[in-house]
Amino acid sequence: MTCSRRAFLKDAVGGTLATALPLSAFTLLTQTEARAAVAEATTRWAFLVDTNKCVGCGLCVKACKNENEIPFDAPVTRTWVERYVITKDGTAHIESPMGGRDGYTDLQVGDQEIEPDDIDKAFFVPKLCNQCDNPACVQVCPVGATYQTGDGVVLVDREWCIGCGYCIMACPYGVRFFHPVHKVADKCNFCYHRISKGMLPACVECCSFGARRIANLKDPDDPVTRIITTERVAVLKDEYGTKPHVFYLGLDENVR
Amino acid sequence: MKWHVMRPLWVAIGLVGALLVARVFLVPDDFGVHGRNFTYGYHRLSNIEEWKDFPVKFQGREECADCHRRNTRQLNSSSHVNVECENCHGPAVGHPDDIEKLPLNKTRELCLRCHAKLELPNSDRGELVGIVDRRHRRNKVCTECHNPHDPTEDM
Repeated sequence: MTCSRRAFLKDAVGGTLATALPLSAFTLLTQTEARAAVAEATTRWAFLVDTNKCVGCGLCVKACKNENEIPFDAPVTRTWVERYVITKDGTAHIESPMGGRDGYTDLQVGDQEIEPDDIDKAFFVPKLCNQCDNPACVQVCPVGATYQTGDGVVLVDREWCIGCGYCIMACPYGVRFFHPVHKVADKCNFCYHRISKGMLPACVECCSFGARRIANLKDPDDPVTRIITTERVAVLKDEYGTKPHVFYLGLDENVR
Repeated sequence: MKWHVMRPLWVAIGLVGALLVARVFLVPDDFGVHGRNFTYGYHRLSNIEEWKDFPVKFQGREECADCHRRNTRQLNSSSHVNVECENCHGPAVGHPDDIEKLPLNKTRELCLRCHAKLELPNSDRGELVGIVDRRHRRNKVCTECHNPHDPTEDM
């Protein structure tokens, strides 16, 4: 048997490399494992709204507008509070004037005065962006101006947005609007500048009644996460398959 | 193939080439797939940092407590303990360096947000202490009689 020097060196280097490579380098990952390996796996923001606690003061809407520089008198808002009054004849009176910005101080719903004795049930429902796992608004963006971050929040790139409005039409929850100053699509982002610094979103901070709370679903010790995972919570428009991440306690069938 | 076909074809190929070259210069370097896939993660990476740098306006009550100790202590032992300072005093960004005095909201409308009597079953609103606006000291400011830092205290 003959062996040239060149062939010997080739085999030696190849053999060393082959033994040095650990077997685990060849393990096939499942889709979820691969995803977990590349994504930021420590945070997944979610929201909990307790509709039993909301009193309709609208201070969350006011705080949101101030914090996020949304023009105060423009009829657009990142979050809003709806009032539901279901009367004895079964009619649902629903309103949210200026998003509930100034609070609810009387029993006039729209232009209709409602007698307290006629009411079967009445309550307030705060709404905001659901930061969906499958956001329809992101799928339709033609320029890549809106996207989902590693921690689950959907953001809008104000420099890149062309203002076509597809995402505003695509959102089943109607949370997106056209920003009157920046002329781009705008939406709630759980106050991304605050939560990424360890602060609470402005609406959560300004809610005196604990109706709004934020959770990190990846943290099992988070008290709000524990409520979401162990108590009976509901989401809005589950049938759209968007996997919304704003969870509601005490949701009524009249709320859509 | 004859030349009258080839010539516009070259023009078309040239246009596509020009577009591709222009794209290299116009699209930022950090634009691409950064999230979990192309559908949800196709974006400009630096925009995440831009949003994180958005200015914070509401500073939180711990910030107020550093200087305003007496008011904080009184508020914390009152029934208004859960009401944030900045709900009435306004967002404290720039205070006290640029904005020495915050614009305090003392209007009846602010108090009525919670304290207008509303009989709403199935929400905690009905449980709150409430007044009927037109029947309670119509032209007075609430703070003339009630101390917002401790509502049970007589002024």
